[in-house]
Amino acid sequence: MNKQVRRVGLALTAMFLALFAMASSIQVLRSAELYKDSRNVRASYETYKTQRGAILVDGVPVVESIPVNDAYRFNREYSSVLYSPVIGYFSLFSGAEGIERQMNSYLSGQSSAQFFEQINALLDGKPVTGAAVELTIDPDIQRAAWDALGARKGAVVAIEPATGRILAMVSKPTFDANLLAAHLYGPVTDNYQALVEDEDQPLINRAISGDLYHPGSTFKLVVAAAALESGQYTTASELENPQRYRLPRTFSFVENSSGKTCGKGETVTLETALIKSCNVPFAMLAVALGEQRIRAQAELMGFGSELEIPLPVTPSIYPENLEDSQVALTGFGQFDVRVSPLQMAMVSASIANQGVLMRPQLIDLIVASNLNVLSQPEPQVFSSPMSKLTAGFLTRMMVDSVNSGAATKAQLEGVAVAGKTGTAENGLNDPYTLWFTGFAPAEAPKIAVAVVVEDGGGAGQNGTGNQIAAPIARLVIEAALKR
Amino acid sequence: MSNVSLTTAIPMLLKAVPRSRNFEAVLLIWVAGIHAFALAQVQLAVLQKMSWDMLFYWAPPAITAAIVHYVLRKHAVGADGLMLPLAYLLNGLGIAMIYRLDLAEIARGGIEVFADRQVWLSCFAMIVAAAVVRLVPNHLVLRRYPYLAGAMAVFLLMLPAAPVIGKTINGATLWVGIGELSFQPGEVAKILLAIFFAGYLVSKKDTLSEIGSRLLFMKVPRAKDLGPILLFWAASLGVLVLQRDLGTSILYFGLFLVMIYTATGRAFYVGAGLTMMVTGALVASRVFDYVGRRFDAWLDPFAAENYNAAGGSYQLVQALFGMANGDVIGTGLGGGFPQLIPLAESDFILAAIGEELGMAGLFAILAIYLLLVYRGLRIANSHPDDFSRLLSIGLSFVIGLQLFVVASGVMGLLPMTGLTTPFMAAGGSSLVANWVIIALLLRISDSSFRRVEV
Repeated sequence: MNKQVRRVGLALTAMFLALFAMASSIQVLRSAELYKDSRNVRASYETYKTQRGAILVDGVPVVESIPVNDAYRFNREYSSVLYSPVIGYFSLFSGAEGIERQMNSYLSGQSSAQFFEQINALLDGKPVTGAAVELTIDPDIQRAAWDALGARKGAVVAIEPATGRILAMVSKPTFDANLLAAHLYGPVTDNYQALVEDEDQPLINRAISGDLYHPGSTFKLVVAAAALESGQYTTASELENPQRYRLPRTFSFVENSSGKTCGKGETVTLETALIKSCNVPFAMLAVALGEQRIRAQAELMGFGSELEIPLPVTPSIYPENLEDSQVALTGFGQFDVRVSPLQMAMVSASIANQGVLMRPQLIDLIVASNLNVLSQPEPQVFSSPMSKLTAGFLTRMMVDSVNSGAATKAQLEGVAVAGKTGTAENGLNDPYTLWFTGFAPAEAPKIAVAVVVEDGGGAGQNGTGNQIAAPIARLVIEAALKR
Repeated sequence: MSNVSLTTAIPMLLKAVPRSRNFEAVLLIWVAGIHAFALAQVQLAVLQKMSWDMLFYWAPPAITAAIVHYVLRKHAVGADGLMLPLAYLLNGLGIAMIYRLDLAEIARGGIEVFADRQVWLSCFAMIVAAAVVRLVPNHLVLRRYPYLAGAMAVFLLMLPAAPVIGKTINGATLWVGIGELSFQPGEVAKILLAIFFAGYLVSKKDTLSEIGSRLLFMKVPRAKDLGPILLFWAASLGVLVLQRDLGTSILYFGLFLVMIYTATGRAFYVGAGLTMMVTGALVASRVFDYVGRRFDAWLDPFAAENYNAAGGSYQLVQALFGMANGDVIGTGLGGGFPQLIPLAESDFILAAIGEELGMAGLFAILAIYLLLVYRGLRIANSHPDDFSRLLSIGLSFVIGLQLFVVASGVMGLLPMTGLTTPFMAAGGSSLVANWVIIALLLRISDSSFRRVEV
C-alpha cells in the first residue's frame, strides 16, 4: 500500500505545484497588466493614501486634501460648485472625472516628472505629496458667467483668443463634488446613483461633452468664412433673396425667421445676410459652396478633432455624404451639425485672433510640493483657418450685427463687441437652443465667448439667442474687460 | 525493550514521548507569536494604533490550542507533533485576515463582521477536536460500523433538502438551520464517508483487486464487489447535484477515487474515475445553467459579458486584481484592498492573503497546507493497520484536494466552485469538520506510535 501512498503524495505535490505556477503567473508575469486594467480601482485607491495636490484658481485652492483621522487619511474638500464641471470629482467608490481624472498622475505624485521626489519619499519613508495644478480659469469671469446663466440649463465658455487659455467654463446644472468625496460607501454610492439617474445629467460638462447642440445661426460664421476664403465671394457679393426657398428635390421650404425677404431688394449682400442672420440666402450659399468646402473650413476650426484641454472634448460634427437639401440646412446650422460650446468659442477666437486659432488650454502651471515647476504649457497654434483679411471682414460684420443687427442685446457701452446669435430648432415642438458667440473689444480682443442655453431658456419656442443668450455674454465680457 | 541495539535506539529516542510533545509546545508558542504579530500588524496598518481589542482575537484561540496540547499530552502522547501547530497557524492567520476585512467593512460604514464569531467558532472547533481525542481512545471502533457511517453521511447530505430546517444560500442548498444556528452537514459528511470507504474497502480490498474479468489488458472487478460502493457514491453525488454544489461533488469523488486506488493499487480506478469526472463536468456545464456560466467565466474572465453577468467572473477578476496588486512581497497586512473582493472572508480568503502577503506569503500558506497533508500521508505510510492507513490517507487527501479546488477557483486554474478554505475561511461547519479531521489523524498517529512501543 505504500506505493499507492507515495503516488498520492506525488499527485498532491503536482497539484500544489500547479498552484505555485499559477500564483507566479498572476503575481509576477501578469501583475503589471492586471494592475492597469481599467476595471481595477486599486490604482486610484492607492493614490487616496497620499496627500493629493490642490487645484488652484488664481493662486487660491478650490480643491484641497485635508488630513483626517480615518483609514484614508485625507479628505478631498471642494470649496465651490462653480468649478465642478471643470474639476470633476475624485471618489473612493465612484472613480474620478474632470481635471481630477486627467491630471491624476500629477495630483497623486505618480507622474514621471516627480521621479526624484518619489525616490526621496522611498528613502525617508514618507509618502509622496502630489503636485498642485493651477488652472487658467479667471475666478471673476467664472463667477460672472455662473451668475449670468442663473437657473437656466446650458453652458458658457470664455477663451483668451491670443493664447487659447480658457478663462471660464460653466455648465449647469452641476453637482457638489463633496457628495462623492466622502469616505462612507453607502451614502456616496447612493449620491452617485442619484446623479447618474438625474434626467438633467448634472455630471456632464455641457461645455465640452454630452450630446452636443445644434449651432443654429452661429454656424453662419463658418459658412461665411468658407465663402470668403473660397475667393468667389466678398462681403459685397449679391446673394439671391427670395421670400422662401424650396430645398432641392423636396417639397420643403426654408424661410427667414422674420418670414419675409432679407431686406427689400431682389438680392442681398453677404454682409447684410449675416448681420440680419437670414436663413434663405445662407441655405442657398451653402449649396453653392458645397459640402466639401464647408466641412474643410469647419475642420480647420476644430470640428472633428479630438481635443484634450486636457479634458477630452467631444468632437463637433459636420455631417458627411449629404444631399443638396441637407447641405442647405447646414448653411444655418441645422440638420446634423452638432457642436460643443467650446467649439463655437473657438470659432469666435479664431476670428478674434486674426485668423489664427490657438489650442484651448485649461492648465496654467503644475507645481510640485517642493515648489519645482513641473509643467507650464506654452500657447500653441492649433490651425490657421482663414486669412487675416477674412477675419477682419467677419469681425466688421459681427460688430455690425451687435450694433444694429440680430445681436443687439450684447451691446456694451464704450466697447465694440463682435457677436453672432443663434436660435436652433431641435424638433417640431421642442424648445429652441439659444446661442451667442462673439468677442470683445473688436479692435484688440481680450475674450472670446460662447453661450448656450437649453430648452429655450424656459421660454419654449418664444425665446431667441438675442433675448436670452446675448445678455449673458454681455455680462461675461463686462467682467473680463474690468480687469 | 530491554535489549535494544544502538541502531534501533536512536530512532526510538527521536520519537520519544517528551520530545515530540515538547517540540509541539515550542512550535505552538512560536505560532501564537506569529498570530499576535499578524493581529498587531493589522491594527497598526488600519487603525494606526494598537489596542487591547487584539487580545480578544488572540487569547481565546491560543488558550484553546494550549488545551488541545494538554489533552494530547494526557491522552495521545505519541501523536504527531506538527499537525496541531500547523492547523493553529492557518486558523490564526485566517482570524487575522478576517479581522482586517472587518475593519475595512467598519471603515466604510458596513455592519457585516465575521471575526468575533470566527474566534468563538475556532475555539469551539478545537474543543471538539480535543473531545474527539479524549473520547475516542481507539479509532478502530470506527471500523466496526462502516455501513452506519455511510448511511449517516447520506442522511446528513439530504438534510438541507428537508423542509423547515433546510436553507438555501447563494443558490446552493447546503445548510441546515435551527433558529439562528446553521451548519453545513456536507462538511461533516465527508468524514463519515471517509470512515465508510475505509471500513468497507479494508474488508473488500482483496476481492476488489484480485477477482475480476479481463477486459483489454485490465481487470474489471465484479459488479457484486463494486456494487455497494458505487451505490453510496452515486447516492451522495446525486444529492449534491440536486443541491447544486459542484465543489463538494468533486471533493467526494476525489476522496472515493484515492481511497479505492490506495486499497486496490489498481490504476484502472483512477483512469476510469478521472474520465467520469471530466465527462460529468462537461455534461453538467451543458445541462445546468449555473455550471455553464461558471465555465464561461473561467474560460474568459475578462470578457465584458462574463464580467458583468450575474454569477459571472466579477469575483474572479477582482481576486486576480488583488493578487496582482500584491505582487511578490505583498502590500503588507492592512495595506491592500482585499475588501474589494466579494466573499474575501470565506471562499476567497486566499486572494486576500495573496494581495497582502504577496506571492511569498501565498507560497508559504500553500506550503503549510502541503506540509499538513504530508504529515497525514506519513501516518498512512507508517501505520501497520490497513484501516488506519486508508482512513488517514482519505482524511489528509480531502484537506489537500479541498484546498486545491478552492485555490484553483480563486486563481482561475479551474472553474469556480463553492468550497471553503480549510481552517482559514469564516464559517463554523468547515472549522469543526477540519479540526475533527486533525483530531482523528492525531489519534491514528498516536496508535501508530504505541504499536512501535510494543
